Amino acid sequence: MDILVCVKRVPMVGGTVVVTADGQDVDTRMSGFTVSPHEECAVEEAVQITERQGGTVTVLTLGPPEAAAQLRDMLALGAHRGVLLETDGREWGPTATAAAIVFAVGELAPTSFPLILAGNEAADTGGYQVGIRVAHALGRACLTGIKRLEVSGESVRATREYRGTEEQFEVALPAVVTVKEGINLPRYPSLPGRLRAKRAEITVLRPLWQPDAVRKQGLRVPAGSARQAEILGYGAAAVPALVEVLSELGVLPSAAGSGGGGAAA
Amino acid sequence: MNVSDSGAAGFAGSDVTSGVVCLAERDGATIAEGSLRALAFAASLADPAAAVAAAVFPLLGEAGAPEPDGAALTGLLADYGATDVFLIQSPDLSAYAPAAWARCLEQVATTMRASAVVAAATDHGSEVLAHLGAMTDLPLVANCVSARSAGMSSWQLVRQRWAGSVLEDAVLEASCALLTVAVDALQSPAAPSMPGRARRLPTTHAVTPVIADVDLMVRATESAAKGSGMSLATARVVVGGGRGVGGPDGFAVLEELADLMGGVVGVSRVVTSQGWRPHRQQVGQTGTRISPEVYMACGISGAIQHMAGCLSARHIVAVNIDAEAPIIAHAEYAVIGDLNEVIPALIAAIRARRR
Repeated sequence: MDILVCVKRVPMVGGTVVVTADGQDVDTRMSGFTVSPHEECAVEEAVQITERQGGTVTVLTLGPPEAAAQLRDMLALGAHRGVLLETDGREWGPTATAAAIVFAVGELAPTSFPLILAGNEAADTGGYQVGIRVAHALGRACLTGIKRLEVSGESVRATREYRGTEEQFEVALPAVVTVKEGINLPRYPSLPGRLRAKRAEITVLRPLWQPDAVRKQGLRVPAGSARQAEILGYGAAAVPALVEVLSELGVLPSAAGSGGGGAAA
Repeated sequence: MNVSDSGAAGFAGSDVTSGVVCLAERDGATIAEGSLRALAFAASLADPAAAVAAAVFPLLGEAGAPEPDGAALTGLLADYGATDVFLIQSPDLSAYAPAAWARCLEQVATTMRASAVVAAATDHGSEVLAHLGAMTDLPLVANCVSARSAGMSSWQLVRQRWAGSVLEDAVLEASCALLTVAVDALQSPAAPSMPGRARRLPTTHAVTPVIADVDLMVRATESAAKGSGMSLATARVVVGGGRGVGGPDGFAVLEELADLMGGVVGVSRVVTSQGWRPHRQQVGQTGTRISPEVYMACGISGAIQHMAGCLSARHIVAVNIDAEAPIIAHAEYAVIGDLNEVIPALIAAIRARRR
């Protein structure tokens, strides 16, 4: 089966996130970029399916020319072909992104991609809609938030969690499925994989930008998220103070003879 | 109704008399807490003279279960600002079907001439509103924390990026605003009795929607309760372990501490990506969001991807060898030291206390 996986290039953020001086972007000068986590799992899932059943994995991203690096990272995991929907650095909203993917599906014919995979939501914008918009435009079923996927012949069975229950779905192909981290554990790229990725040709397409109905005014880091903890002490010597704090917070089993005041629920 | 009637033109509701609609998810015999908060959020968007509709979907996965007291549900929804309650009934909706739910909301929105459709940013709420956006060609803004009208078809919004680690101020131009609300991040819990809005008993509408086969392409075949045991999402105490635990064998001591405090163990992303613990124990943006009374983070540096999962923790206590780790800036209390030394000593002290 030929599988198309849509991934997003996002800033790599660690312990802190810094907004650029003009307030328009996350500062990436010190951090660089990566593939959004759910989407890396989508690529791993596609590679595993083709390893079992044959077929190809085409990985697609929309971004500036530098986004080819993220495509090569995914080729190193075992994807077969990279497609860059090249932009000029402007931000693309979810509606325009979905339209660009639909355009690419048309351009990549005669390959027909019975299965299109994506991440459930991107790490940065968390828009939760590109896969669903693509599915509607292509007249396909869309499953979202999937944590377990079985592809057999003409259909897919999938499971996800919702509020302590497991929801199961079964739909006929062709379909769009968005997955969540936890569906698998993405492999580390092998050395031959890296070498193959480095040499691989990347198909470049240039879809038409459309303005988004949402106009970003600026980004900010919420106030109050940077306080400093009260240091209770160092090493095991801090344990008495720690016990006192936990007891005050009411999460320790009651001390002998205390009458059960702070018992944990 | 004919879909082309709505299209990008929305639901013809851009004047002050147009209503707002909120998706109300059920939680057993009542309405889910998140949906009530979303309803209060929706009511705050509406002009005081305008209608606020709650679209109540059937209880899932319990076919044949007795319907709860409709009057009690309606009264509860009124407390959060509803003037109209649409009780959606359909044999096609005994199982969750996201596109069909969206079609129902579209029908309610058309009836109400809605200028906004709102849902809590749960997996169901987000998915249904995304389908509605795709069906109507309207934009959807996810994870809003505030919104107000800024004139005709224009909205001033604040929405989350990076699961709440960054906020974006934005303007939305749309004939109907489709918004999901990051209800966990709202500053105050929904205030029953909306100020400035005379509380009256809502008008109840029984709706049997028209659902086409195409909207039933995706329908849950089974919704099975998962195994019992305390849930990470709702635990009162979470003991977190990160890279500092050192390997898969280091978690036994954290499990022991969690047991003593009546809690469960959660882990950071690095722990699951190393394969030390299963992903279902991961706390964070791509794992589980927790809201315990106490989160005790051991050997966790505090990357924003992790902190996004514990924004709702009431108290954070960190044990970390590095006094400069970001977690120290997020915690209320901290012990600087090796968790492999501190935690066994803490367990011994707690046990000694009980004797």
